[in-house]
Amino acid sequence: MNDWLSPILFIFAATIGYRLISDVPSLLHTPLMSGMNALSGITISGALIATAFAVGTGKQLFGTVAIVLATVNIVGGFLVTDRMLKMFKRTDYKKKSPCP
Amino acid sequence: MSVIFHRIIELACIIGIVSGVRLMNSPKTARTGNLLGAACMLIAIITTMISNEIVSLNILWISLVFGAVIGYFLAVHVTMTRIPQLVALLNGSGGAASAIVAFVVLAGSSATISGITKFTGAVALVVGSVTLGGSLVAAAKLDGKITTLPIILRGHFILNLLTLTVTVILIPLATFSSSSTATTLSVLLILTSLIFGILFSIRVGGADMPIAISLLNSLSGIAAATVGLAISNLLLVVVGAIVGSAGIVLTQIMCRAMNSSVLDVLMGKTALSTPAQTAANSIQQDDSTQTARSTQTAENISDAMNKTVSIIGAAEKIIIVPGYGMALAQAQVQLKQLFTILEDRGKQVKFAIHPVAGRMPGHMNVLLAEVEVPYDKLYPMEAINPEFKETDVALVVGANDVVNPAARTAEGTPIYGMPVLNVDEADYVIICNKDIFPGYAGVNNPLYLPRQNTIVLLGDAAKTLSDLLEKLQQEQHYAAGFS
Repeated sequence: MNDWLSPILFIFAATIGYRLISDVPSLLHTPLMSGMNALSGITISGALIATAFAVGTGKQLFGTVAIVLATVNIVGGFLVTDRMLKMFKRTDYKKKSPCP
Repeated sequence: MSVIFHRIIELACIIGIVSGVRLMNSPKTARTGNLLGAACMLIAIITTMISNEIVSLNILWISLVFGAVIGYFLAVHVTMTRIPQLVALLNGSGGAASAIVAFVVLAGSSATISGITKFTGAVALVVGSVTLGGSLVAAAKLDGKITTLPIILRGHFILNLLTLTVTVILIPLATFSSSSTATTLSVLLILTSLIFGILFSIRVGGADMPIAISLLNSLSGIAAATVGLAISNLLLVVVGAIVGSAGIVLTQIMCRAMNSSVLDVLMGKTALSTPAQTAANSIQQDDSTQTARSTQTAENISDAMNKTVSIIGAAEKIIIVPGYGMALAQAQVQLKQLFTILEDRGKQVKFAIHPVAGRMPGHMNVLLAEVEVPYDKLYPMEAINPEFKETDVALVVGANDVVNPAARTAEGTPIYGMPVLNVDEADYVIICNKDIFPGYAGVNNPLYLPRQNTIVLLGDAAKTLSDLLEKLQQEQHYAAGFS
C-alpha cells in the first residue's frame, strides 16, 4: 500500500505547493526562494536514518557529510530568510531626515 | 502505539509547513510563516531520531551541531547584495545531501532492496548531483569567481546530449544491478550528473541567472522528494514536492518576464546566443549615440545635473526604476535618501520593480527593504506600467534591458516581446547608468538617442545620486532663504 501512497502524496503535495506559491507576491520572491531552500534540507531526515543504520565506516562517513550539508542548508536558509523578512516594513516608519 | 503517535506528529509537521508556506503570501505574515516552517522542521528532525531510536548516537549530534554552526555563520554574515550566491550555495548543499543519502542507500545494495527503491534512488542520485554541479557553478558565477558571461564549449550541445544520454542509460542499469556492480554504477551516475549540471550552468549568463537559480531550487526539492520515494519517507516526499513545485512556479514567472523558456535556457538559447546581432548593434550604437554621449564633458555633466534638479524640483509624480546596476554601485542608500527628500517635499514617489531586475527573483525588493524603503512603495511591473503615462519623471538607476522600449518594436532581437517597464511614456526620463553600452541582451536602447525629454547622467550611480542629493538640498536652502 505504501508503494502507492508515496507517489499519490507526491502529486497531491506538488499541486498544493503550486497553488500556494502562485499566491506569493513578487515582492517576497527572494525570501520565498531561500525559505524553500531551507525546506529542501528536509532530506536530513533520510540522512540521519541512513547514517545511523549504515553498515561500514565508509557509508557512515558519507552519511555524516550528508547530515552536515543538510543542516547547513536548513539553518542557513531559515536564518537568512528571517533576516530578510524582518526588513520588510510599511510606510509607518520613523522618518529620519537626511538633511542636516 | 508509538508508531502511530510518530506518524501523527509527522502529519502535524507537514500541515505546519504547508501553513507556513501559505503565510508567505503577505509581508505581514511571512516572518511568522518562516518561523513556523523552521519549528516544524526541528520537531520533524527530533521525531525522526526518536522514532528510529537513534537519539543517543553522538556522531549524529556532532554532525548536526557542526552543520548548524556553518549555516549560522553563512546566514549572519552575508550582505543582501550577495544573497543570490548564498542561495545557490545552500541549494547545492541540499542537493548534495540528497545525492549522498541516495548513494548510501544504493551503493553495495543487496538483493533485499526492491527494484523501485533502486530506481527512485538512482533518480535521486542524478537529480541531487545535477543540483550540486549546477548550483556550485551558479554560485561561483554570481560571486564573480568565474566570468558571468556564458561559457560555451566547442560542441557544447553535443556534450550536453551525450552526458544526458549516458545518464539516462545508466539509470535502468543501476535499477537492475547486482550488489557487486551497484557501487560502480552509482559512482558513474554521480559523475555524469555532475558534469551535466556543470555544463548546463556554465553557459547561463548573468542576466539569465534568475531562471537558472529558480530551476536549481526546484531540482533540490525534487531530489529530496525522490529520496523520500526511495526510502518510503513521506515527510521527504511531501516537503520535497512542495519545494519542487515552488521552484517551477518561480521558473515560469521568470521565463515569462524574460520572454524565454526553460528549454531555451537548457539549450543555451539565451539572450547572448546571437553574437552577430550583438556586434551589429554595438557598432550602430558607436556611430549614432556613443560618440555624442560618452564624451560628456564636465560642463555637459553639470548642465545635465542642473537640468535634472529643476525637472525633479518641478515634478509631482516620480517613479524610480532600479536595476542590477544599483546593486553593483551600492547606490541603495543614496536612493533611499533621495526618496525621503522627495517625499518630504510632498511628491508622490513610487518604485517600479521588473520581475527579473537583479540576479534572482525579487532581488531588488530585498535590497530596497534593507535600506528601509517601505514595501508598499515597491510596485510590480503589471501594477505600475499603466501609471507611467501620468508620471512626470521616470528615474532609471542602473537598469537597461528592462526599460528598453526596443522590446516592443525591434523584431528579431533577443528581447523582442519581453515585457518592459514603459519609462518612455513618462514626461521626462532620467537615466543614471555607468555607460551607454547595450545591456546584457546586447540590444540598442533607443532611450539613449538624443531626445528632448531624456537626460543621461553617466557614471557611478552612487556618486551621481549623492551629487544630485547635494544639489537638491542646496536648492532647498536657497529657496528657504527667499521665503
